[in-house]
Amino acid sequence: MGSFVAQRFVSLSATLLAASIVIFVVMEVLPGDPAAYMLGLNADPAAVAALREQLGLNEPVLQRYLNWVGGFFVGDFGLSYTYRVPVRELIADRLWVSVPLALMALALAIIIAFPVGIIAAAKRNSIVDAVIMGATQLGIAIPNFWFAMLLVLAFSVGLRWFSAGGFPGWDAGILVGMKSLVLPAVALALPQASILARVMRSALLDTLHEDFIRTARAKGLSSGQAIRHHAVRNALIPVMTIIGLQFSFLLAGAIIIENVFFLPGLGRLIFQAIAQRDLIVVKSVVLLLVAAVVIVNFTVDLAYAAIDPRLRRRAP
Amino acid sequence: MRKALGRSLGRSLGSAALAVALLTGLAPHAALAAKTDVTIGMPLEPPNLDPTGGAAAAIDEVVYANVFEGLTRIGPDGSVLPALAASWDISDDGLVYTFSLREGVTYHDGTAFDAEDVKFSLDRARAEDSTNAQKALFAAIASVDVVDPLTVKVTLSSPAGNFLFNMGWGDAVIVASESAADNATNPIGTGPFKFVNWVKGDHVELGRNPDYWGEPAQLEKATFKFISDPTAAFAAMMAEDLDAYPNFPAPETLSQFEADARFAVVIGSTEGETILAINNGRAPFDDIKVRQALAHAVDRQAVIDGAMFGYGTPIGTHFAPHHPAYVDLTGQYSYDPEKAKALLAEAGHGDGLTVSLKLPPPSYARRGGEIIAQQLAAVGVTAEIANLEWAQWIAEPFKGKDYDLTIVSHTEPMDIGIYARDDYYFDYHSDAFKAIMEELNNTTDPARRTELFQDAQRQIADDAVNVFLFELAKAGVWNAKLKGLWANSPVQANDLTGAYWED
Repeated sequence: MGSFVAQRFVSLSATLLAASIVIFVVMEVLPGDPAAYMLGLNADPAAVAALREQLGLNEPVLQRYLNWVGGFFVGDFGLSYTYRVPVRELIADRLWVSVPLALMALALAIIIAFPVGIIAAAKRNSIVDAVIMGATQLGIAIPNFWFAMLLVLAFSVGLRWFSAGGFPGWDAGILVGMKSLVLPAVALALPQASILARVMRSALLDTLHEDFIRTARAKGLSSGQAIRHHAVRNALIPVMTIIGLQFSFLLAGAIIIENVFFLPGLGRLIFQAIAQRDLIVVKSVVLLLVAAVVIVNFTVDLAYAAIDPRLRRRAP
Repeated sequence: MRKALGRSLGRSLGSAALAVALLTGLAPHAALAAKTDVTIGMPLEPPNLDPTGGAAAAIDEVVYANVFEGLTRIGPDGSVLPALAASWDISDDGLVYTFSLREGVTYHDGTAFDAEDVKFSLDRARAEDSTNAQKALFAAIASVDVVDPLTVKVTLSSPAGNFLFNMGWGDAVIVASESAADNATNPIGTGPFKFVNWVKGDHVELGRNPDYWGEPAQLEKATFKFISDPTAAFAAMMAEDLDAYPNFPAPETLSQFEADARFAVVIGSTEGETILAINNGRAPFDDIKVRQALAHAVDRQAVIDGAMFGYGTPIGTHFAPHHPAYVDLTGQYSYDPEKAKALLAEAGHGDGLTVSLKLPPPSYARRGGEIIAQQLAAVGVTAEIANLEWAQWIAEPFKGKDYDLTIVSHTEPMDIGIYARDDYYFDYHSDAFKAIMEELNNTTDPARRTELFQDAQRQIADDAVNVFLFELAKAGVWNAKLKGLWANSPVQANDLTGAYWED
């Protein structure tokens, strides 16, 4: 187990190093000068040059790469070109929106998907199963930004239960903050719940053919009892894999939903930063997201071991 | 396409939801008396809040006239009004401006405003290492001298007819030496509103300044919310999360607001001359016949109708139609595809031409570009469209002169002087035009200035430097009870000094 963790840790570091180089190079070749962008169409060339100097854009490439990566280790991500505040603060602010949103969406997806998937598996090939499969197919097919607009038009414009978007900040109160994340979380959760329910169903159906289920039934358990007590736990491995992927996706991939609801999350930060050539922000956020994905995968690997005792005992 | 479909579907479903809500009486009444706060929508978030350190229009849209003031200010009709300078004297040779400053003005942090602040601000803006985006505004200044705490003498190296106008720009606001360095994140000015907080990515909040030197603002609180997605902006207005969206990004939805008694839709003018810019330095556009052919090939009204849903005024030169000195030259190159073909044939391109058309993100450029490409195709010019981001647009066409044609709106007020710049992206060089500009800079007599402005307009039209398309309209949508917002935008600003709620 110890060497398993160590091995995973080395590959995690190598992945991050490779990612940092790729990200840095891509940002270098991207056309567009942050200083010229900031000063606009009437800018005096001397003012642009002065700003480039001030932003440290005139230093050699290698120097800038080392400054950036070196800063990462001590938690100093540099100063945003456009906002002129530390990138770390910007990211921290956005995480307070993106992480709760991702967690809410994931929780919602799990709460919906588990029972639905289990019911579909238990009543396989029945009318209930067909309805659930149809509904989840629809849930995957509907683009979430479109579903998001429907939610806004129904619950914000029509019923006025929620505001059409925006985030008042946690200072305004936990409940107020949570409320502003409800519609975006629902919009994000719908396709994820649909995927998860289908995975749950098929994973359960696979285990239902296993010998231990037959044994359980032979002991006198009902089909439902056998599923609840024996099959679900065994079906969790593929489900966990999907949940891990979904969390990374929700954290990094909510750009469109964040735009529809004009939420100040990580996705919108990247989106804005790319347009404004705030390259230092783009680099740091992307690397951070890569780190998050790698770490989530690592955690999922550890979770397998928790679910499946056979993996824990496996010799190195 | 998918998005457009979703949008229109969404809209009709939204109307249905609205109807249901109204029928069942679920829509709450917004019958709060004496509202004293306002929430304003803006498409872009300002990168920082220091108008002297960036070109982004969004900075001025939050802080101009609200938080920061200059010696002069630009009024809603584009005129120059006194601000921190109560009055001024101009020497007979037009070189020395003596400003008498207002008494009893304090900054929001309590420090006093005086002549030293004026000297500091102007010297900082024109310094060697200045990062002021509009450094040219200060180019004429030779020296700034403090006469006494309430008097400043500005000496120019040559007369500048528009100096007082220039001092009214957001880039020329008067800042305090104590707080200037932090204005990007914590702006300290002298205006009727003070900065309260900024939730990055979401909103900026301003509060009334109780110690304001002039007539205090009527609103107690103003919040600027940043919503870039046009559909989201529409929903936020309809849900009344916003009280106003002064520069509404989706002209296609304006008719729905017009039909709704809760809202007022106000179409005003801007300083945005939208042009099909031509790379005059590159063959075949160095031939005036080709440029004239392009001008005849474009049907401006069709572009306005198709790209801007009818909002916009055709122009025939680089000047705002609402300005007194404007000359209507739209007839000079009327829409005439046959003439365009003939001109192209004369120039030796009778069998067609392939050009690049680089388009920045705004919808006037993207939608307008598609229409113009069609119109050019009709006269045998194949335009290969490339969609660019802003940063890329600034790098390629604008700085690198790497383009044939592009569409952009020049939103700075009175910016015809850009045609005198040698290194500008049009690559246009005319001694005649430069001579007009030279004389204009040395002229203070209003009648003569008007004549010179008109000569300048005719000169660039005669040379067919660019295809002048239309003046951008400003479509403002706001709550019908909210009064005192600017209908026009002579400078890019949301001046809330006079805004109030009607009972």
